[in-house]
Amino acid sequence: MKKNKTAIPPGKVKKPVSSKSKAVLTQASPKPKPSRKRIKITIAVTGLNNTDNPGPGIPVIRSLRESKIFEPRIIGLAYENLEPGIYMRDHVDKVYQMPYPSAGTDLLISRLEYINSVEKIDVLIPNFDAELYSFMKSSAKLKKMGIKTFLPTLEQFEERHKAVLSEYGKKYGISVPKSTPIYSVSEVYNLSRDFEFPVLVKGKYYDAYIAYNNEQIINYFNKITSKWGVPVIIQEFIKGTEVNVIALGDGKGKTIGAVPMRKQYITDKGKAWGGITIDDKQLLKITRDVISKTKWRGGMELEMIKTTNNEYFLLEINPRIPAWVYLAVGAGQNIPEALVKLAMGMPVMPYTEYEVAKMFVRYSYDMICDIKTFEKLSTTGEL
Amino acid sequence: MKIKKNIAVSENGFVFDPTTGDSYSLNEIGTEFLNLMKAGKSKEKIQKEIMNKYDVDEITFEKSFHDFIKMLATYQLIEDHEEK
Amino acid sequence: MEKLRFERPIIKRIETGMPNKFGTKTEYDPISHIDGVAVADLIKKYGSPLFVVSEKTIRKTFNDAKRSFYTRYPRVQFAWSYKTNYLDAVCRVFHDEGSWAEVVSGFEYDKAIRNGVKGDKIIFNGPDKSEADLEKAAKNGSMIHLDHFDELYTLIELAEKKNLKPKVAVRVNMDTGIYPSWDRFGFNYENGEAWDAINRIMLNKKLELVGLHTHIGTYILSVKSYGIAASKLSYLASEIEKKYGHAIKYIDMGGGFASKNTLKGAYLPGTDTCPSFDEYAESITSGIINSEIKPENLPFLILESGRALIDDAGYIIGTTLANKRLPDGRRSMIIDVGVNLLFTSFWYEHKITPAHAFTQHTEDTTIFGPLCMNIDVIRQNISFPVLKKGDQFVISKVGAYNMTQWLQFITLRPKIVLIDLKKGVHIIRESETAENFIRMEKTPEHLTSRQE
Repeated sequence: MKKNKTAIPPGKVKKPVSSKSKAVLTQASPKPKPSRKRIKITIAVTGLNNTDNPGPGIPVIRSLRESKIFEPRIIGLAYENLEPGIYMRDHVDKVYQMPYPSAGTDLLISRLEYINSVEKIDVLIPNFDAELYSFMKSSAKLKKMGIKTFLPTLEQFEERHKAVLSEYGKKYGISVPKSTPIYSVSEVYNLSRDFEFPVLVKGKYYDAYIAYNNEQIINYFNKITSKWGVPVIIQEFIKGTEVNVIALGDGKGKTIGAVPMRKQYITDKGKAWGGITIDDKQLLKITRDVISKTKWRGGMELEMIKTTNNEYFLLEINPRIPAWVYLAVGAGQNIPEALVKLAMGMPVMPYTEYEVAKMFVRYSYDMICDIKTFEKLSTTGEL
Repeated sequence: MKIKKNIAVSENGFVFDPTTGDSYSLNEIGTEFLNLMKAGKSKEKIQKEIMNKYDVDEITFEKSFHDFIKMLATYQLIEDHEEK
Repeated sequence: MEKLRFERPIIKRIETGMPNKFGTKTEYDPISHIDGVAVADLIKKYGSPLFVVSEKTIRKTFNDAKRSFYTRYPRVQFAWSYKTNYLDAVCRVFHDEGSWAEVVSGFEYDKAIRNGVKGDKIIFNGPDKSEADLEKAAKNGSMIHLDHFDELYTLIELAEKKNLKPKVAVRVNMDTGIYPSWDRFGFNYENGEAWDAINRIMLNKKLELVGLHTHIGTYILSVKSYGIAASKLSYLASEIEKKYGHAIKYIDMGGGFASKNTLKGAYLPGTDTCPSFDEYAESITSGIINSEIKPENLPFLILESGRALIDDAGYIIGTTLANKRLPDGRRSMIIDVGVNLLFTSFWYEHKITPAHAFTQHTEDTTIFGPLCMNIDVIRQNISFPVLKKGDQFVISKVGAYNMTQWLQFITLRPKIVLIDLKKGVHIIRESETAENFIRMEKTPEHLTSRQE
């Protein structure tokens, strides 16, 4: 593979680009140079659970497939045998089953060693919150195996945890709703000193419910802890419009891409079923501010509430690319492609623009599969 | 006791029950057991074959066999009644 | 032709969809040997179940910890936390490596003396020290860590009466941003109680203030909290310097480092989340070094780590008693190790490994201990390889607390052996016999005479 040293701005950048890279990019170039050929690359992606509560895997893969720079071979990594992405053979070239992060990094690494011996993975993009810790802890080992990642540092990951969000707010000067972690049901009865109903009850990694009384809190507490353990986070409920930003930080304080979106329709799981890119300069400013202060490395999603008084409250930082990433691609910022470039150590120009009022509408789709496919995956762990 | 006729057992220990749509996995010995049972062999014959091939005493075989049958019953892979 | 190894036949429904609570396949290797000694041989010779302590692992773990601190701070001293495991043989390995003793009762104090520890190398902690204990400790020049004002005044009185000058340290509790924040031992930092206690000691002059002590909690994963604690104690030390021109001799950071066991309710395994000694050391030593304590007065750093130093070195090995189907089809397995021996199974998901080769096939299993008590559960939900009656297994990382908190309940407690560095096996505690207990009991005469 030829190393491309030219600074290539990704995607549909509308700003004028340097003449050198322009030649590389311009479609109408009469005689395409050999360097225009897309770079072959093997990328492993998790989060193939493209359900009504989707993982970002498939949208990330779609984005990479549309890259003008890379020609990726996609290795899907699945934890469960019914993750839809496993059966979407246009998207994944090969699928391997993986041990759960809860089984420990030793198992994870030994499985990846095997997969890597077959596939020679260049870049790995993990897409589950619950697995990020394990991958971050193993990033040095992965690097030794030749697998590059572009993940937040452990410190960045830890300090933005929901349980410590208020400290995060203080440290970086961002408004956050009042919140407190609780570790047992007995603590529920003390909450009334600091909180008014309703409150949000959130899991360490996933799940969020609105509770209107103590009984509901206890109910959700038990539901959440059985899945994700303690603590459970109790958060002040702030009225307003939820707005989200997908962003990519280069780890040195620079924002490589950022697209704000408002959800237009939300499923009963609180996931966006439709969304639209918005022109919110204040939101972008907050995003750049967070990235520059924290030197954020990798993809992220900021979940914010904008009140009627135009105040912004940070609800959550998801330390990875969100499932609606393809909207950003549609609006002109191929964030997964840029992330792969960062992981590969290639120079990346920041995106500065995106199209406002681009929409996404999700849909579900029934694939027809054969039991033989299922059998092969279940017995061999590969497909 | 009889194993449901239409059950498919593949070499690598994958079992598919077309009447319920459930799939199962077997370990190596489970596969042997199920195939012998599917072939309609009696318990005595199965015992003989297994004891010839594996290092196992009668009591252990007996316990394993009954436990296995119990699991097959739990999963409803056994036909209680004769085919009409 | 040689016959093949027989494994119980199993059939398991393939679950479709989302993660279940049984987690993943157990793809680890069997543990057939501990430090080169076969598990089967150990059980044959010493019985089942059997606690096994690895001297090699103790020394290795201790030296890892020592290195982490020595490379960052010039004056470090470890004190072995007796309550974590006070088998004489275990204590002596730690003392041989240079550890002092940290005790929390008169019983432990005497044990340390019997183990050859000099009085001035014993730290005496805890809320319960009798006057006789205090007097003995004061006379021996031990470090008495004060827990409350009643103790402080008792000791002052004693010093006057017996004309002694006891060496004391103030135990401080504080908010270090962790949950739960331990506030029942010692004097509080935030409300000024600790500073108050320090002033009373300094002004009274009957006692010699040699150290400051804290112990922020147990199984602490937050490395940062140790840094906060170290800087708070260092601040007190520098205030003492300023006000009295008195340099304290040591800062005792206690213990509480996590071991690699997985806590119940934790999603990720302890082997992944447990911080390394280096991380703890970095946080603690920076807290002291970056304080305002004068360089010429740099205190000793004392560590009372217990769990993190001994957990890995302890195993309990045992035998499968029975397999049983529960009404819902779930497998249950009964083993000869119960919660009476493995107290820590109330809060850990202990790692259990078969002692012989097994296939990757597993069943969702509940593992019960042998006691006729509903609470005797070693693992509630584990995806476990198929073992049959008589098969042996190893439970790892059980060196901390189990050999001190175990109960003589329903049955007698088994032997404990130590494997030395040359694979030599030594009994370090005999199994209990009925006579041990008959000897202690007395039946009133009117109950014995009724027998006829």
